[in-house]
Amino acid sequence: MADDPLTIGDTAFTSRLIMGTGGAPSLDVLDRALRASGTELTTVAMRRLDPSVQGSVLTVLERNGIRVLPNTAGCYTAGEAVLTARLAREALGTDWVKLEVIADERTLLPDPVELLDAAETLVDDGFTVLPYTNDDPVLARKLEDAGCAAVMPLGSPIGSGLGIRNPHNFQLITEQAGVPVVLDAGAGTASDVAFAMELGCDAVMLASAVTRAQEPALMAEAMRHAVEAGRLARRAGRIPRRHFAEASSPVTGVADLDPERPAFGQGG
Amino acid sequence: MRSTSSIPAAPSPAQLRKFSPGPAAASAPAPDAHATADVAVLGGGLIGLVTAWRAAQQGLRTALVDPEPGGGAARVAAGMLAAVTELHYGEERLLALNLASVARYPEFVAELEEASGADTGYRECGTLAVALDTDDRAHLREVHALQQRCGLTSQWLTGRECRRLEPMLAPSVRGGARVDGDHQIDPRRLAAALLCACERAGVVFHRSCAVRLRTGRDRAEGVELADGVRLSAGRTVLALGSRSGQLAGVPPEVAPPVRPVKGQVLRLRMPEVRPGHDPFLARTVRAVVRGGALYLVPRADGELVVGATSEELGWDTTVTAGGVYELLRDAHELVPGVTELPLAETNCGLRPGTPDNAPLLGPTALPGLQLATGHHRNGVLLTPVTGDALAATLTGGELPDEARPFTPGRFAPGPARHQEQPV
Repeated sequence: MADDPLTIGDTAFTSRLIMGTGGAPSLDVLDRALRASGTELTTVAMRRLDPSVQGSVLTVLERNGIRVLPNTAGCYTAGEAVLTARLAREALGTDWVKLEVIADERTLLPDPVELLDAAETLVDDGFTVLPYTNDDPVLARKLEDAGCAAVMPLGSPIGSGLGIRNPHNFQLITEQAGVPVVLDAGAGTASDVAFAMELGCDAVMLASAVTRAQEPALMAEAMRHAVEAGRLARRAGRIPRRHFAEASSPVTGVADLDPERPAFGQGG
Repeated sequence: MRSTSSIPAAPSPAQLRKFSPGPAAASAPAPDAHATADVAVLGGGLIGLVTAWRAAQQGLRTALVDPEPGGGAARVAAGMLAAVTELHYGEERLLALNLASVARYPEFVAELEEASGADTGYRECGTLAVALDTDDRAHLREVHALQQRCGLTSQWLTGRECRRLEPMLAPSVRGGARVDGDHQIDPRRLAAALLCACERAGVVFHRSCAVRLRTGRDRAEGVELADGVRLSAGRTVLALGSRSGQLAGVPPEVAPPVRPVKGQVLRLRMPEVRPGHDPFLARTVRAVVRGGALYLVPRADGELVVGATSEELGWDTTVTAGGVYELLRDAHELVPGVTELPLAETNCGLRPGTPDNAPLLGPTALPGLQLATGHHRNGVLLTPVTGDALAATLTGGELPDEARPFTPGRFAPGPARHQEQPV
């Protein structure tokens, strides 16, 4: 939405949906899904890519005018992640990095100690760092304090499609954050994404939910609408939850359309 | 490609060379000479070889250009003929082509073995696709349902039933799909047989690299070779695998959108089957282990092929520690006994990938230039149908119906651009 941009670092985006490219069955399918998503920022795994080859995923992004966000997927130590980020900067000419430091391959959960270590190093080195983090409000604050340009807490493990398992933590993170909060990992379908935005996330990042869907382009379009719907709902301010019903239509002053049946017009 | 050692049972490049024409045979011309042919096939992988063989059988004077015919991805590929277990969402159109090729395989092999006098290692062993945990099982159930919706024969088995079929499978196997129609062939033997059949059919081999497509009067006229030979041909077929988009002289608007997709593959040796004992594995076993696709293909000669990584790393063909580790780790989880087997070879090849994972077959917008490339994961499987399709177009005919969705024109810029519609 043009009147409500997402600003990360010094860059404003109209779209609040950040896409990943992993898991796409073909470049054609990925191409159509990215266009349907309306994304302006998309991650690529630098360890699994040669930027010099034409016709790769980078060509698809370039053709669609989508900004590349290199990630450090597959790194288990701060040292590996820092090295990968620096190689990505050299290869792609961007100092943006989505920082991932994984603790183990079974859960793919972030290693908080290594993550903070790598974030500090990369911020000092002039990077715009977007860390993939646990849904831990304390760690999110420490990452922000370290100078990260956004924080990207996970809703549930990568590729699990389990949605946001701890909404309360997300609320705590979004309430305190001074940088954009981006749901990263866990979205399974459109309602997860709308929910994240309603909880106060500034954007959503996802890959598997789209690339592994039966019809990726259709799901990408659903996600685009879900991000917008959730954002609008958040800005609109939801009604308080009540225990009992409250009539939505006025009870008094209603035209008496059926003289046989009084009290017409409740509910609706 | 790198090898730690080679298997004596399979033909090596040196053995393949014995099929090459000697000085007295259907001679390759001297350097800086002109040569002419009706058809020039660029690339001597499986696709180039089958194209040349079929063209020569049609009575066309056929030349094949490759410094090392029979090499390329055929040296690395496992040779699964897996139309059913390679089915992916949105690729139903490719399925029809794959099935057409599978159906032709028995007759194709019989004809080729007759023509070459060589064994191709074709084996009707079937495939078992298994799941190792609850998540992988749910995924495999979905794939199985898709197979059934497409009318394919695939039988769901419990983990116990899977292990009765293949006792070496890990106890953690949670279920599987038995696909008796997905067979295998040994791509190295297939290449050797095609090479021999080509020679016997009169194909002239130019053991050199194609360096530039020759064009004139708005059509392709042949090719210049690295050894200085200028080869003139009425029809030129680009079958250079992952390098098909790299040939100089090809106008950009007809250059095929092919990119290399790196695959690392291991070759292990299974123990000899003693009388009364079960084989180590009787059929191809494949699985998705934590999201990564893995297969084990047991050959009749005891070779066990374990693959494959899928990496977008340009023309890099390095075998990496991580690639070997991941393959062995997942293979060990699937079949714990693999760690006892000798590791005979580690190889790396490049799949020719296209934007929609499907091949490019037949005439391009440049008269005289045809494509037979972009077969990605399915080059071995699609060898028979590709040979037949190109035999039709090279003799001036139309592409057969099953090949028609795969014309090169579908990637041409403009509104006519083809969009695969998911079914």
